[in-house]
Amino acid sequence: MPTTASAASAFADVTASDSALRRFLHGLPGVDAVGLEARAASLGTRSIKTTAKAYAIDLAISMIDLTTLEGADTPGKVRALAAKAVNPDPTDRTTPTTAAVCVYPDMVATAKAAVAGSGVKVASVATAFPAGRAALPVKLADTADAIAAGADEIDMVIDRGAFLAGHYLKVYEQIAAIKAECGDRARLKVIFETGELSTYDNIRRASWLGMMAGADFIKTSTGKVAVNATPANTLLMLEAVRDFRAQTGVQIGVKPAGGIRNTKEAIKFLVLVNETVGEDWLDNHWFRFGASSLLNDLLMQRQKLATGRYSGPDYVTVD
Amino acid sequence: MSESATRLSVFKTYKLYVGGKFPRSESGRVYEVSDSKGKWLANVPLSSRKDARDAVVAARKAFGGWAGATAYNRGQILYRVAEMLEGRREQFVREVADAEGLSKSKAAAVVDAAIDRWVWYAGWTDKIAQVVGGANPVAGPYFNLSSPEPTGVVTVIAPQESSFLGLVSVIAPAIATGNTVVVVASEKSPLPALSLGEVLATSDLPGGVVNILSGKASEMGPHLAAHQDVNAIDLTGATEGDLARDLEIAAADNLKRVLRPRTEDFTESPGTDRMTAFLETKTVWHPTGSLGASGSSY
Repeated sequence: MPTTASAASAFADVTASDSALRRFLHGLPGVDAVGLEARAASLGTRSIKTTAKAYAIDLAISMIDLTTLEGADTPGKVRALAAKAVNPDPTDRTTPTTAAVCVYPDMVATAKAAVAGSGVKVASVATAFPAGRAALPVKLADTADAIAAGADEIDMVIDRGAFLAGHYLKVYEQIAAIKAECGDRARLKVIFETGELSTYDNIRRASWLGMMAGADFIKTSTGKVAVNATPANTLLMLEAVRDFRAQTGVQIGVKPAGGIRNTKEAIKFLVLVNETVGEDWLDNHWFRFGASSLLNDLLMQRQKLATGRYSGPDYVTVD
Repeated sequence: MSESATRLSVFKTYKLYVGGKFPRSESGRVYEVSDSKGKWLANVPLSSRKDARDAVVAARKAFGGWAGATAYNRGQILYRVAEMLEGRREQFVREVADAEGLSKSKAAAVVDAAIDRWVWYAGWTDKIAQVVGGANPVAGPYFNLSSPEPTGVVTVIAPQESSFLGLVSVIAPAIATGNTVVVVASEKSPLPALSLGEVLATSDLPGGVVNILSGKASEMGPHLAAHQDVNAIDLTGATEGDLARDLEIAAADNLKRVLRPRTEDFTESPGTDRMTAFLETKTVWHPTGSLGASGSSY
């Protein structure tokens, strides 16, 4: 598989100047908003039952970045979350672990110690999450700090102000700088905060911008604004990673985050993945859910399938 | 020709009452309901296990607020239900007469008794704690207090024959004490139950406190009895074959409280049995704080 470096060089002329980058991004085909939403909605009507449902539930659990990003996070809460990530359902040890826990940089060391030896990764938000309103040296220091504490993955936010003002090269260079900081030590997820980008065209442009700059993952949202991951904006980003691989051979992951609360919605996203980019992405190396309450609903559904009885919130943890 | 003769008739669509809303069955199914002489009355939703599941979720969501409401407030709301019923008395008299094959005057007596029963239970909300709770005598410098607490989400298989008075007599005591309920209405005569949903929706009763499903007790019962998030089950209407026994077995798994079917005359004064059936006693100790040598135990 070609490395990200070669993808960057393939776009060297595009990213040479702000005007060239703008021409490229504005030259991307416009998004048919009605068609996109209709396509996302029609894929959401698939009925996934019995063994397929059991497979989808386990896959979805294994794709979760179990997240706590609150000002009130304590080491105890992070350890509890990590314990849940490692062993989501203590009554059923066949339950897969989640993909990762996602915390603030200062909690990385605590989380890392708590998931040690389990294969669960530690993702850390960085770059002045969630607003991204800080100077580049601060963002780099934030990132370096998280990686030094042991983060396996970095979830950075783009500078939406610069993006919306049309300073694409500035956004590009910031992502590239953070990517350089991550190097081989951590995978980089780039959060666009799609709820603040206003249009589908902007989401498509941001996706390409992020991928060209070296993102390993593109992620919809922080979970801190009103509109988070929707089937339509996730479908759009899946189309972007599909087209990017077709053009460059580089595979990029996708992570919808925020607002996915139940099994039914999660399965709809998995259908989107399968129908848009195919089985190559049906793996937690390439697709993630940023979620916290989703896991409890998946576990209750899993218990229902295993026992035939409806479960209830008394049988999962209170987070 | 008079104007009324040329009007097209407007049929009522009977729907479920779940979470304060009026959905059709998720399954899209309906069944025909006829009166005691076999004349068609209406099509009503034939609820599926998924409707039952949704109803339990709604009841669980409503439980905290309803159990936490003051007893006085619950009493006001139940009395309001009686007021609303009084306003729609004619409709219920007609539906009860059709459902149970009663004359108009007998049906009216049944509806009046049902309205009076709401009022009776409304009065009990802030009195039951004094009757079944209280201060217990202990040999030490402590208060020991018992207070009745609602059990949680209660599934009620409503009486099959007494479609309105029986229904009210099983719902009202359960919610008076702070439980929330999922009711499977009489299969043969569900119309008074479904109309009761419309009354409850306009009575300040928070959505989800009472959820009314029409359909087969034998279809939904096993799922509700085995449901891990249901805390108690009232089998009054589970009179078909071995249904009550099977449901009791299924209910044992998470130690649900079970009220077994019994012969009951709903026209008689009900007593407090049905309220205490779904109450749990919480007992707390507390230092009296004034028995030490210095006049204080601290």
